[in-house]
Amino acid sequence: MAKKIVPCKVPMTEQPAGERVHNYQEVPLGYTPEQAMEEARRCLQCAKPTCMDGCPVNVNIPGFLERVADGDFQSAVEMIKLTNALPAITGRVCPQEVQCEGVCVLNKKFEPVGIGRLESFVADWEAKQGKIAIPQAPPQTGKKVAIVGSGPAGLTAAADLARMGHQVDVFEALHEPGGVLVYGIPEFRLPKAIVKREVDYVKSLGADVHMDFIVGAVATLDELLETYDAILLGTGAGLPWFMDLPGENLGGVYSSNEYLTRVNLMKAYRADYDTPVSRGNRVLTIGGGNTAMDAARTALRLGSKESIIVYRRSRAELPARAEEIHHAEQEGVQFNLLTTPIAFHGKDGRVTALECIKNELGEPDASGRRKPVPIAGSNFFIEADVMVIAIGQSPSPLIANTTPELETKKNGTVTADTSTMKTSKKGVFAAGDIITGGATVILAMGQAKLAAKAMDEYLNTGVW
Amino acid sequence: MYKILRKEIFSETVKLMVLEAPLVAHKAKAGQFVIVRIDETGERIPLTIADFDSAAGTVTIIFQEVGKSTMQMGQLEEGDYFENVVGPLGHATEIKNYGKVVVVAGGVGIAPIFPIARALKQAGNHVTAIMGARNKDLLFWEDRMRAETDEVIICTDDGSYGRKALITEPLKEVLEQNSDIAKVWAIGPSIMMKFASATTKPFNVPTLVSLNTVMVDGTGMCGGCRVVMDKGAKFVCVDGPEFDGHHVDWELLLARLKFFRSEEQAAVEEWKEKDHKCRTDLMFEAGVEAGQNG
Repeated sequence: MAKKIVPCKVPMTEQPAGERVHNYQEVPLGYTPEQAMEEARRCLQCAKPTCMDGCPVNVNIPGFLERVADGDFQSAVEMIKLTNALPAITGRVCPQEVQCEGVCVLNKKFEPVGIGRLESFVADWEAKQGKIAIPQAPPQTGKKVAIVGSGPAGLTAAADLARMGHQVDVFEALHEPGGVLVYGIPEFRLPKAIVKREVDYVKSLGADVHMDFIVGAVATLDELLETYDAILLGTGAGLPWFMDLPGENLGGVYSSNEYLTRVNLMKAYRADYDTPVSRGNRVLTIGGGNTAMDAARTALRLGSKESIIVYRRSRAELPARAEEIHHAEQEGVQFNLLTTPIAFHGKDGRVTALECIKNELGEPDASGRRKPVPIAGSNFFIEADVMVIAIGQSPSPLIANTTPELETKKNGTVTADTSTMKTSKKGVFAAGDIITGGATVILAMGQAKLAAKAMDEYLNTGVW
Repeated sequence: MYKILRKEIFSETVKLMVLEAPLVAHKAKAGQFVIVRIDETGERIPLTIADFDSAAGTVTIIFQEVGKSTMQMGQLEEGDYFENVVGPLGHATEIKNYGKVVVVAGGVGIAPIFPIARALKQAGNHVTAIMGARNKDLLFWEDRMRAETDEVIICTDDGSYGRKALITEPLKEVLEQNSDIAKVWAIGPSIMMKFASATTKPFNVPTLVSLNTVMVDGTGMCGGCRVVMDKGAKFVCVDGPEFDGHHVDWELLLARLKFFRSEEQAAVEEWKEKDHKCRTDLMFEAGVEAGQNG
């Protein structure tokens, strides 16, 4: 029986833009169970589901959608968790438009199935029931694994390895687990209570998480290898890029890492926390990725009157998720496109203006995107009292510096085999931004799953 | 949680604490620092390690109350806990036998300079220590410094103890009298390190300073601690904290340190109002400019 096509997604109720810029709550309010079932019924249940190919962690998408359509949310979430330990997170932060939803058959002519919002729906539904199903503990292998970093890669690998019966210790440098999920992604996009819930789930599988432990400083990889049979490096890309422009070190010029860490991890937006952050009347954010959108939208919530994105290419090349750009525009973030900063100007040590030059689009560059070409003599100034540089980041050199035999590339990323995630050092695997540079949560998770599988094999066979 | 095993009060605003932090103590070396956080709502506060005992698993910090967070720290007692102590961070001081060296400490800078002086002495150097403070009350560890160095010169701004002088005076004299000084370390308020570096420059004696900048994570992640050297920006947390004082852009450093001053002042006011135990004569003056080494 051919299924009737419903062309559009069940609309998501959102917090109105004018209201949400004054709080840190999520933008989408989430589906009701009825709405979720209705949306899941839009799935055509294709014989060859392309959506699964689009998922870096191979979630059984048609399978879980069918269960949602039937109202069996519990078995839907259990099905997702077979391959994805963090559904409440990925449902919110994955770039679904270029993954599962991008290759959904419906997407050719209509709106794709709202896979992301259904994924977070079932995860949230399970949490609301008050009891998270814990899979039965497997027999223990007696092997010990150290995971460095408690971000998306570390948590994913920790979950998989614990479910394989290995003893897992996760080491986190900061005082809270979650990595970029807690220091980078803002509360209004990913509530920290959800991150905590997912971390608690990974712990409930048997993984231990140790805070304030900087691998490289407290223990080197070689020292860890005295106790552990294998190591996974999931330390992300924590080293912020600057532009090396005049005036860049004036007060009021932040890296996006600093700006967002102050607000997210250190909760500078709350009066009861001590960490300060400059609120600014007019905030400029340089860059066009998700981090730039996060910073620009955070600025509005901190009370800035204007928040402006400065990006060197055109709107079509903005690398951020479509939804983030859309939300930013709704909230009143202004976009100064085809604009390249050339100098920061200031007074008494504080930044006051950004000098820019206008670009036009030239030939495609190595990334396939049309290259911005500066227009001579088009210099102009944008006045602002806070500026956030969100142009990317690379891995911190902390571990590589203390592990000479760990092979790294020029850009600071660690070299790893793309199918086994093995590094050049025996017993050491790597996954996530540490090998790709700044990428997405889900890619890190996909690599972590590959790593966990290869680690399991290595632990069982001892063959490197 | 990290327990405070011992607390010593050096003066109204300068306090010592011995913390139980075995992982940090195990790896700590002279010149490195830790980041502490009092509780869930607290800031991450960078403090240079004043002493450590790997066998006992302890790390000693000495701090001056200059802002809300350090004032709150000052009220913690033996048996209380810090929520977080993380480290050791930054590069350790390069200790070897240089020959004749001078260590200069200003105010709370005595704390970080002490383990460096001790390690230099143990490595065979002839160590002259110059200790300066605004007044007698702010000086501490004279006995420990005398025990671990060859010569100690003391000066105070107001003449209440030792010579009435800024540290630059005896530093200049020592350099004039000894043409064979191989290296100088100067640690204290930024302004003092700036002038110490200016003093040694004409003598062409390499001078290391330990910078204490605005910082969040301490692992190279935020870049808030960036300092400009002749050859571009460096991160104090992972490239430092020690730098060649002759190549630091001091004006920019001092400007960046002042950046959160208004927020700091507001926090102190609010803290004083709320906290009845707090003494009303606490001066903020030394303030942010002095950093934690003030």
